Amino acid sequence: MSAASAQARIGRIGLYTLLVWTCLFFSIPLLVVIATSLKTSDEVRAFSIFSLPASPSFSAWVKAWFAACTGLNCGGVHVGFLNSVRILIPSVIMSVFAGSVTGYALSHWRVRGANVVMLFLLLGAFIPYQVILYPLVKMFSTIGIYSSLPCIIAVHVLFGLPVMSLLFRNFYAGLPEELVKAARIDGAGFWRIFIWVMLPMSVNILIVATILQTTGIWNDYLLGLIFAGRDNMPMTVQLNAISTTSTGVIEYNVNTAAALLTALPPLLIYFASGRYFVRGITAGAVKG
Amino acid sequence: MAKLVLAPTVLVMLVCFYGSAMWTVYISMTRSFLLPTYAFAGGAQYARLFHTARWQVAYGNMFLFGVLDIVGTLLLGTLLAVLLDRQVRFEGVFRTIMLYPLSISFIVTGLTWQWVLSPTIGVQHFVNGLGWTDFVFDWITRPDRAIYTLVFAGIWHQSGLIMAIMLAGLRGVDREIWRAIRVDGIPAWRAYLHIILPMLRPLIVTCIVLIAIAVVKSYDLVVAMTNGGPGFSSDLPGKFVVDFEFERANIGQASAGATVMLGSVLAIVAPYLYFELSRKNR
Repeated sequence: MSAASAQARIGRIGLYTLLVWTCLFFSIPLLVVIATSLKTSDEVRAFSIFSLPASPSFSAWVKAWFAACTGLNCGGVHVGFLNSVRILIPSVIMSVFAGSVTGYALSHWRVRGANVVMLFLLLGAFIPYQVILYPLVKMFSTIGIYSSLPCIIAVHVLFGLPVMSLLFRNFYAGLPEELVKAARIDGAGFWRIFIWVMLPMSVNILIVATILQTTGIWNDYLLGLIFAGRDNMPMTVQLNAISTTSTGVIEYNVNTAAALLTALPPLLIYFASGRYFVRGITAGAVKG
Repeated sequence: MAKLVLAPTVLVMLVCFYGSAMWTVYISMTRSFLLPTYAFAGGAQYARLFHTARWQVAYGNMFLFGVLDIVGTLLLGTLLAVLLDRQVRFEGVFRTIMLYPLSISFIVTGLTWQWVLSPTIGVQHFVNGLGWTDFVFDWITRPDRAIYTLVFAGIWHQSGLIMAIMLAGLRGVDREIWRAIRVDGIPAWRAYLHIILPMLRPLIVTCIVLIAIAVVKSYDLVVAMTNGGPGFSSDLPGKFVVDFEFERANIGQASAGATVMLGSVLAIVAPYLYFELSRKNR
């Protein structure tokens, strides 16, 4: 074996070693949480969270789902789960719809000032939530829906608008202009072209947008905390409340199970959708 | 019709985003306390804000956390992208593992790292159990170290994103350049360091801007991981503002803090967008 190929081989070994070590860094926190959630209470107290469960059981998961406590309220995270689902579905549908229509109007219809609108949307995406939370609370209280399901849905649609619109605008701007022109010559109007020409070509971008909004809204904490109201607390808010409840012994197996249950929906979406997820996350990286 | 469709969007952007932001900026220049008042008072809120110990810590933490988080995430993300660019087997598996943290919320991320780093159940407890009984790793409970633990979680969560962006850039590098590098016999690591990565400078700037904005906006992570503690040693502006707005009901101070956040984001974004847009228009 020549010196050069020996060196190349050492390089390859180094390469894979580095990759494996970094992947350990990425995966160990999740594995630790999974292992802890499968332990019994005695085991959690006796051993480090890095040890494997002696006899894995889902009892902590059952308890987290049905009976985990936030203060004196012991309803389990299924309450937050259902709230999150109720918030998620209308928010995603409405914000994807609003974004796609806005993006479409901004791309193939030569509206005067379209560039200004796009700049507004772009800069709007950078404004930190904290800057506009209080005025929004005031506005929603004025119209009388603050702290309710419609309120948190409206807020998600609102905060999704810049990124969703720009995502669709960039996609539609890449489609050939002749498509719209031909349809217009045939007498089709704004909505007919949108529904019959644009939407059928938008399947990929619709998937990307839906995944982006679903994970984003599911993972939201701050907006849910401020706008959802006590009866509609999303799962993330409930999870944090459960984990910071300091009455009695901390049941780490229940808390980790609750955390996993909260993380599960976006994780499943990620593992199922792969490249769509990555596309969305790189496109929506400016959000939040 | 297109105009009619855009009207609500424009209205919502103007009222909810820009109107609200201007309102907050204005309130930061009044004497508002529990409730907003509208008499102009100049920079009084800011003078008070920067004399508040908790804000000084939170604001300083933003830079400390920011620099470490940006450097760490960028280095790890770029390193991983370079490694994956070397025709690696099982690339899909590696990518999947590096990217999954991105799908997890900052709340779950923060709680997870809180457990891993907790001296009573986490790493310290584990190493103690192995026999090194005097091993101590209690940063998350120490006022002078807690802010650094946020960096672990930040890097863990965000490196995958930088990897994905940088890998896309690396895959776009002209094959001719690689051929020339091979002909000249330049070792791969030097080629990356001196030729390929400098070519991707605009992409690296984008990555830095992305992480920097995320740092200024950070809220959930610190809430879940340390809740700003011990005391307020690991506080960040985002948490300071929310606490002053909704718990302490001090609208004036909250607005001043929020305006500083807005200014920080603008200071990052404005020059970036200016250069990006002028580069594209050329």
